[in-house]
Amino acid sequence: MKVLVCISNVPDTTTKITFTDNNTQFNTNGVQFILNPYDEIALSRAIELTEGGKGTVTVINVGEANTEATIRKALAIGADDAVRINAKPHDAWFVAFQIWQYINANPFDLILTGRESIDYNGSKVAGMLGELLDLPSVSIIKKLDIDGNNAIVEREIEGGKEILTIPLPFVAGTAEGVAEPKIPNMRGIMSARTKPLAVIEAVEIKTSSEIISYETPAPRGQVKLVAADKVSELVELLHTEAKII
Amino acid sequence: MSVLIYAENADGKFKKSIFEAVSYARAIADQNNTNLVAVSIGDVSAGELALLAKYGADKILNVANAQLKNFVNQAYASVIAEAAKKQDANIVVLSNSFSGRGLAPRIAVKLEAAVVDGAVALPDVAGGKFTVKKTAFSGKAFAIVELTSANKVIALIPNSYKVVEANKTAQIEDFSVETKTSDFKAMLKEIVRSTDKISLPDAEIVVSGGRGLKGPENWGMVEELAGLLGAATACSKPVSDSGWRPHSEHVGQTGIAVSPNLYIAIGISGAIQHLAGVSSSKVIVVINKDPEAPFFKVADYGIVGDAFEVVPQLIAAIKEYKASA
Repeated sequence: MKVLVCISNVPDTTTKITFTDNNTQFNTNGVQFILNPYDEIALSRAIELTEGGKGTVTVINVGEANTEATIRKALAIGADDAVRINAKPHDAWFVAFQIWQYINANPFDLILTGRESIDYNGSKVAGMLGELLDLPSVSIIKKLDIDGNNAIVEREIEGGKEILTIPLPFVAGTAEGVAEPKIPNMRGIMSARTKPLAVIEAVEIKTSSEIISYETPAPRGQVKLVAADKVSELVELLHTEAKII
Repeated sequence: MSVLIYAENADGKFKKSIFEAVSYARAIADQNNTNLVAVSIGDVSAGELALLAKYGADKILNVANAQLKNFVNQAYASVIAEAAKKQDANIVVLSNSFSGRGLAPRIAVKLEAAVVDGAVALPDVAGGKFTVKKTAFSGKAFAIVELTSANKVIALIPNSYKVVEANKTAQIEDFSVETKTSDFKAMLKEIVRSTDKISLPDAEIVVSGGRGLKGPENWGMVEELAGLLGAATACSKPVSDSGWRPHSEHVGQTGIAVSPNLYIAIGISGAIQHLAGVSSSKVIVVINKDPEAPFFKVADYGIVGDAFEVVPQLIAAIKEYKASA
């Protein structure tokens, strides 16, 4: 089984988000970039499913040269090889289109993405790839098992889950529960340096969405403290002042 | 030209988040001086469908094909895109639900549309531009996205737009589409619902517990408080990572982002990743024994005290309030 895992390079979860140039640019100064945590889950499950000679895992990233540390991390975790499509990931359509071009020339049995990237929180690449390839896509999965040519997948829904069977190949976005994130060991880190990382040029396409500025959430006022022995005052405040209950 | 809203049902009923999306789509139709067409797929009664007109639909398309009774991402995307083409709709609105997030990108590709998911406000159409505000960095910020294509797809986050009654009168029309076999490759085996609980993304009140609660055996009071308030229960990442609570309850940057009217955090210190997931809550109450807990800095109300003493008192106070109300 050949598995493709699409990965993004995102700011670490502890990053305090700020902007520059009149709130039009994300301030990357001092920001540590990491492998998107949901993509790490996808990669970890892909490795589990192909261990013991059952298949191979390729990771693909649309990004400029500065994403290579993250790609090497994915190789250290256990991907067999990597592809970087050399371009700024303009939007989900741009990224999905580039990966689609690659898949057309290099077919896979299973294509995984994280459920979303933690920077722009889209969960669009999996669905777009599914549509471009005319394959099923599942947006947010909690469980993934393979049985011959079929997968058994649990998809999250509001207040429950759906269990689906889907023939390979298909596209899925993984969430927590699919696998425990794997931590690279020393052998993995050493071998990651020599594993193949192909760099290919992007195809030029027209895009039609653009981030023009950013806003930060409005700050809240000073917290109003209620004494621990007068809890009923909180209920009163929630009723009369906040008008919530 | 028209605006199309996909009205997703859950067991034949529309949730409040769908009426929010219908109200939102109505407002977009008004911005463009055009009609709002709603499309419903599956088994929904005429009475329930009529509610879509109450919140602003001028026309209701009912797709009652037996094959489409249960959600199939690919097939539903085909039906909605087909409805958009037939109705000459250039803007398609969905709820940013689990299913909506799977549909939006497929519909966008079919309609060659730009797509924005995680939308939190009406489009700004001033100066001939079309921009939409969406969540970014998992609730730590918002991005303003400009869409330049003729067709557009927007998925609206629940609890970010108010339900508005428009009281339109609308015809319900049966709408049928030819389906392709390749759209039905994914087969639904089973739907498992935790029927006794309010689902976290839909909840207007959320009661959330952290490591300060010491162990899963202490969640009884969290559940009791949630039950009294008609709230969903949630937790912090260390709690779900320790297996005390399911991952589906994990609120934060790598879990679910929520935007309830009231978020009550019990024994959660307020790590930046957790705060990201709750920053859109309208009112935040924090109960923590550590007065230095970072969560107090973003809270509206706080109680510095031991959760094991404060929460039972809060439960008693709410019972008393309810009895007197």
